Amino acid sequence: MQVNDSKNFEPVIAAFCCNWCSYAGADLSGTNRLSYPTNVKIIRVPCSCRVNPMFILRAFQRGADGVIICGCHPGDCHYTSGNYFTRRRITLLYSMLDFLGIERNRTRLEWVSAAEGAKFASVMEQFTEDVRKLGPNRRLEDLRCRKK
Amino acid sequence: MQEKMKQRAKELLADGTVNRVMGWKKGEFGYDTTPAVFRSAEEIDKYFVCDDFTNSNLSKLLVKESKKDGVILAFLKPCDTYSFNQLLKEHRIDREKVYIIGIPGGPKLDAEIIKSKGITGITGVKNVNYTLVIDTIYGEEKMPFYEAVSVKCKSCKSKKHVIYDELIGDDGDILESDRFDEVEKLENMTSRERFDFWQRELSKCIRCNACKNVCPACTCEKCVFDNPKSGIENKAVSDSFEEKLFHIIRAFHVAGRCTDCGECSRVCPQNIPLHLLNRKFIKDINSLYGEYQAGADLDTKNPLTDYSTDDCEPSIVHERGVE
Repeated sequence: MQVNDSKNFEPVIAAFCCNWCSYAGADLSGTNRLSYPTNVKIIRVPCSCRVNPMFILRAFQRGADGVIICGCHPGDCHYTSGNYFTRRRITLLYSMLDFLGIERNRTRLEWVSAAEGAKFASVMEQFTEDVRKLGPNRRLEDLRCRKK
Repeated sequence: MQEKMKQRAKELLADGTVNRVMGWKKGEFGYDTTPAVFRSAEEIDKYFVCDDFTNSNLSKLLVKESKKDGVILAFLKPCDTYSFNQLLKEHRIDREKVYIIGIPGGPKLDAEIIKSKGITGITGVKNVNYTLVIDTIYGEEKMPFYEAVSVKCKSCKSKKHVIYDELIGDDGDILESDRFDEVEKLENMTSRERFDFWQRELSKCIRCNACKNVCPACTCEKCVFDNPKSGIENKAVSDSFEEKLFHIIRAFHVAGRCTDCGECSRVCPQNIPLHLLNRKFIKDINSLYGEYQAGADLDTKNPLTDYSTDDCEPSIVHERGVE
């Protein structure tokens, strides 16, 4: 057992990226040879609106220390209005998680377009740093899923 | 009051306007009245009751009843009419098949509160000038009426019937209520304190699903909690994560549709303040997307199936209040 695991703590970040903007943005940051932390695990979704609140909770359950949702900028949704619904839904969900006492910096929503490879890298850099400061997710974890 | 209701129910049964009556009947004890359907005047005479303990919201039961043949008469309190309206808006109830008589609302009493004062073996409860005279097998006990008022009636939001065919008694007004005070109190705690509070409360959950089964907004025929692959199917919890997941999802699924009728907290055998989760959503919706009362009318759009291009960003959650 590690005595001080906060020192070498490497967070696991689940990033839900919309297929049309943010996933392409992540791709662009790669082809531009920009680096972003390897802690980020990208999950591609057809639209940020596809992200069911259950996905976010499930990610925390299965070991994520932070969850970020990336979508097209408001007004640019491939499906016209998907991200507007995301915005309301996720605002309420994050507010509820905050109300239940889950650290607020573990959740984030960012708009990243397909042309913003640099923004994708910097957002991920910043978010990973924030979550690293918070330490391992203990308030919304499932002990059965904890890694040794 | 009760006699008037019985009288009117029998009249409507006799002239064929309705073929069933939905009201309440006494349970095993005087205080556990349950919703019931009556088919004849004799049944009404014998079992029908409407007293200080008829808390139950009948609206959800009308979803199934309105699918049967003939018109059913239902007695709805003001808070129940909101739930009814909301179900009507979602096309869950056939309006033609329900005849609504609006009756005055509470305050109704909660037998659990009386019992929590150490008064047990209750055989009867009488309200004498706002003092409860409680007969028990150990003798007579007394307590002030307002101490035994159920939680949902303590912060009543409206005495106005939003939908009815006829009224018995007078219609009231929408009230100024302090229902968000407790939510605010929690919001002003630190995140650690909030976490400890909810951990303590939610860990009492025994996953009996009473909150979900009684909720008039929970009327999906296929429920996410019935799916064994969802990871939160109906079973005892084996990790504290599961109860958090269950309660977040339960509250989230009714967000924007919850009329704040307070049934979830009333039926909770563990007395978890579940209404606070719903009220948090209502408070957020009111402050971020404009005042909205689910069930108040049939036209306005549910805030979660609607949007505006200049809505606030989720980061607002992280910027306000206490960390």
